[in-house]
Amino acid sequence: MTLASVIIIGAGQGGLQAAISLRQEGFSGAITLIGAEPGLPYQRPPLSKAYLLEGKAEALTLRPESFFRTKDITYLTETRVEGIDRAAGQVIAYGPQGTMRLGYDALVLATGARNLRPPIEGLEHALDLRTLADAARLRAALATKRRIAVIGGGFIGLEFAAMARKLGHGVSVIEAAPRLMARAVSPAISAHFARLHQDWGTELILGHAATRIAPDAVTLANGGTVPADLVLLAAGVRPNSDLAEAAGLVVENGVRVDATLRSSDPAIFALGDCACFLDPRTGAHIRLESVQAATDQARLIAANLVRGTSTAYGALPWFWSDQADIKLQIAGLGGNDCTDILLQDGVVARLRGPDVVAVETLNKPGIHIRARKLLAGNDPVALDQISAIAAPQAAGAA
Amino acid sequence: MVKVIYIAADGTRTEIDAPEGESVMRVALANDVEGIVGECGGAMMCATCHCYVEPDWAGRTGERVSGEEDMLEGAASEVTQYSRLSCQIPLTGALDGLVVRLPEDQI
Repeated sequence: MTLASVIIIGAGQGGLQAAISLRQEGFSGAITLIGAEPGLPYQRPPLSKAYLLEGKAEALTLRPESFFRTKDITYLTETRVEGIDRAAGQVIAYGPQGTMRLGYDALVLATGARNLRPPIEGLEHALDLRTLADAARLRAALATKRRIAVIGGGFIGLEFAAMARKLGHGVSVIEAAPRLMARAVSPAISAHFARLHQDWGTELILGHAATRIAPDAVTLANGGTVPADLVLLAAGVRPNSDLAEAAGLVVENGVRVDATLRSSDPAIFALGDCACFLDPRTGAHIRLESVQAATDQARLIAANLVRGTSTAYGALPWFWSDQADIKLQIAGLGGNDCTDILLQDGVVARLRGPDVVAVETLNKPGIHIRARKLLAGNDPVALDQISAIAAPQAAGAA
Repeated sequence: MVKVIYIAADGTRTEIDAPEGESVMRVALANDVEGIVGECGGAMMCATCHCYVEPDWAGRTGERVSGEEDMLEGAASEVTQYSRLSCQIPLTGALDGLVVRLPEDQI
C-alpha cells in the first residue's frame, strides 16, 4: 500500500495525537483531521474539574492554530462525516464548505463516545457534560444558587458533584448501581468515596434509578423524589460507531479492532473511546475511556502506518479522577471478577488468581507510579511486590 | 509578560513572551514548542512535561510540589536535581528570562 493520504475522523485528544504522531514519525503525505465541533482541539478531562471553577476555555486548547499550518495538517471544523465509501477509499463529509468527498489510503476512526441516554421521562431537562459547549452551559447555570441532581455516580458525575459542592450548591447524586464508580473501582474505594462525598455534604442515593425528570424534581423508581432545579446526566457513554457500522465494519461495543488496532477493513483503524481492541493482558476485547488509551493508541497506529510494521498494542491502562482534594489514581485494569486486597487506607491491590492486575491509590502518587512501572513490565506482579512499594518507608511517606 | 526560553535536546532555542500565571508546560504547548507533551493537561498524572531548570534559575522556580517528585519517577529521560514537571512551574515576574532545557524523550 502506498500511503499518500491519511484521514482522521474525530478531533479529540486521540485524533489530534494521531496527526501529531504521523508527522513525528516522518509521514510527509496529506493529513486531514475532521472535527464536528468548532474551534481548536481541546482537552476534555478538565471540563468536569478546573474549567467549571475557572472558566478558562483557552487553557484547554491542545495546539495553536499555527501548529496545523507548520505541520501541514488540514483541520476541518464543524464538519460531520456522513459516510465511508470503502470501495472508493473515500469519506463523505458535510461542513461549512458543503459536501466533500475526500480520498484516503488509511482511515483512522477517533470518533469518541456520546452520553448514554437511559429511558428517563423528561430527559430533555437534563444537561450533558461531554463537550466544551456543554461545560460552558453548565458553568453558566451554576452562576445562580442551585439544587442539583446528578444522574450517575461515575467519574464525571462525582467530579462535577465535588466541584458543585465546593461552589456552595446543594447536590444529590443518583446512582442506579449499589455503589459509586462500580464499573471502574473496587468496593473499598467506592465506599471511601461515598464517605468523602457525604462528608462534603452531598446526598448519595445508591441503588435507585431515576425514572422521570421534571423542572423542579427527579423521580426515582421507588417513587421517591429528589428536588432539583438543575440536572446533570452522567450515566455513562456509548461508543460512536454508527459510521463504522453503516460502512459494514465489524462493530461490537465499539469498532472491533485487532491487536494492531486495525478494523475488519485493513485500511481502517480505530482508537480511543470508540475502539474495542484485543487486550494482550487478558485476551479479551475491551474498550477504554481514557486520555491515556486514546493517545497511546494514536501513537501506535501512526508508528505502524509509517514504518510498515504490525506492532501490537500493549500499553498499560491508567486512569485518574480528581474529586475535591482527593486524587484517585489507578494503574492497570481491574474488574468485578477481581479479588481486592486493602493494603492500607486508600491503597487497594486488585488480583486475578495470584497476579496483581491493578492498583488503586488515593493521594499516593509514589505508590501509583511504582505500581505502574511494575505492571507495565512483561512479568506477572505478585502481591508482595506491591506490598513492598506500598510500605510506608518505601513510599517516602515523609 | 514574562520571557521563557526553551532549549530542546538538539539545542534548538525558542523564546516565548508569556502571560504571568501560565505554567511553563501550557506556554510550551500554546506556542508549539516541541519536546513537551503534557499528556494529562497538568493534572500531575504523567511525567511528559519533564524539564531541566537551568541551574541559575533553580532557586527561583522553587521546590517540587507535593507528589511531583513521585511522578518524576515515571519520566522517560534521566531525572536530575534540576528536573521539574513544567506544569508545576507557574510563571511570575521573578521568572522573567527563565531558561529550561527539555529532555530527549517524554514518552
